[in-house]
Amino acid sequence: MQHLIDIMDLSVGEIDGLIRTADDIIAHPDAYREKCRYKKLATLFFEPSTRTRLSFEAAMLDLGGRVLGFSEATSSSASKGESVSDTVAVVSGYADIIAMRHPKEGAPLVATMRSLVPVINAGDGSHNHPTQTLTDLLTIHREMGRFEGLTVGLCGDLKFGRTVHSLIAAMARYEGVRFVLISPEELKLPSFVKEEHLKPKGIPYRQTENLEEVMPELDILYMTRVQRERFFNEEDYLRLKDSYILTPEKLASAKADMRILHPLPRVNEISTAVDSDPRAAYFRQARNGKFIRMALIMRLLGIE
Amino acid sequence: MLVEPIKNGVVIDHIVAGRAMQIYSLLGLDKLDCPVAILKNVPSRRMGKKDIIKIDLADVQLNFDVLGFVSPQSTVDIIRDGVVAEKNHIGLPMRLTDILRCKNPRCITTTEQEIHHIFRLANAEKGIYRCVYCDTKATP
Repeated sequence: MQHLIDIMDLSVGEIDGLIRTADDIIAHPDAYREKCRYKKLATLFFEPSTRTRLSFEAAMLDLGGRVLGFSEATSSSASKGESVSDTVAVVSGYADIIAMRHPKEGAPLVATMRSLVPVINAGDGSHNHPTQTLTDLLTIHREMGRFEGLTVGLCGDLKFGRTVHSLIAAMARYEGVRFVLISPEELKLPSFVKEEHLKPKGIPYRQTENLEEVMPELDILYMTRVQRERFFNEEDYLRLKDSYILTPEKLASAKADMRILHPLPRVNEISTAVDSDPRAAYFRQARNGKFIRMALIMRLLGIE
Repeated sequence: MLVEPIKNGVVIDHIVAGRAMQIYSLLGLDKLDCPVAILKNVPSRRMGKKDIIKIDLADVQLNFDVLGFVSPQSTVDIIRDGVVAEKNHIGLPMRLTDILRCKNPRCITTTEQEIHHIFRLANAEKGIYRCVYCDTKATP
């Protein structure tokens, strides 16, 4: 039985397989309408995340399956003090597959130790969120047609942004990828991410505070939000906040086929004036989330 | 300073100077009834200074993983009838189970009862261990 807890649980070949399936689902949705008939997905959301939960539920419904579960801890027995292990031991007797969101880091791994069915990590605190990374990968592949040789710019909060760390780990496995890390000093990529994923493989990267300076180099621009509470002082926040807001003016020097991604929700880090630019891929990215989750559910259930 | 040789027991040698007390505590040697000698800052040709622990008990059970984590270059000599019967070189263990607790307050180990506290060797060159649940770096 296979689970998905960390994006690195999947080999490059397995990710390629999921992307192929997702592409086929997008091309031939009717062929997949009954694939999970009579199968049940349990969405165990110990903290609310409406967007992720709906994406999982829509994925299962589009495969002809059914869904059950809860959307916050207060409506589950966790509010009575039940452990994750016990909750999963019970629920895995009712469902064929589980998607779990939990505020504590590592909770889905604990779930795998007791579950009778495959467990998908739908986000554990600020730790892992592998289906977001799969969504990012599917989007990059659909938009660019490849991973190899891309220059990937990651902009904003690179210190606390889990989506950024996972995307770097996943993309670092493809040939010829280079990274441009764009952030204020306070929110630089932690050294352990560089030590584990970039330096041992000699993957080129550069760090800068200036988005506009590197814009012409980028094939992908992955935006994240710079939050006020991450700064030590208000002065630095005010000085830097506008540098990381993407506007049509800043895009003037970008490549014509560059693509802009964002895990969403956005607040103000991408001006709405950018939405109509064909390079803005973030809403297509959100839609892709459902298709890659369909591919993943089928794969973990062993359905061809 | 002289400490008498032991006849049947265990000598943990080549401990990084200053770490003997930590090992004493992590190995639970305070719970033993037998004589235990802790030698600190003993001159060493190879290490400059080292610590040594001598345990005067023939069949003592030691958790080598603890030693490997705190002082991987340590050696464990089993002494029988006054001679070294076995010499074990300790390296970095691949996993540490129920030796350390994760200090990340957001880790599931802080709330979930009765789960094993497990750390994996993340970087052998630097001896870095990370919690298998939340990837937080281990601190002894």
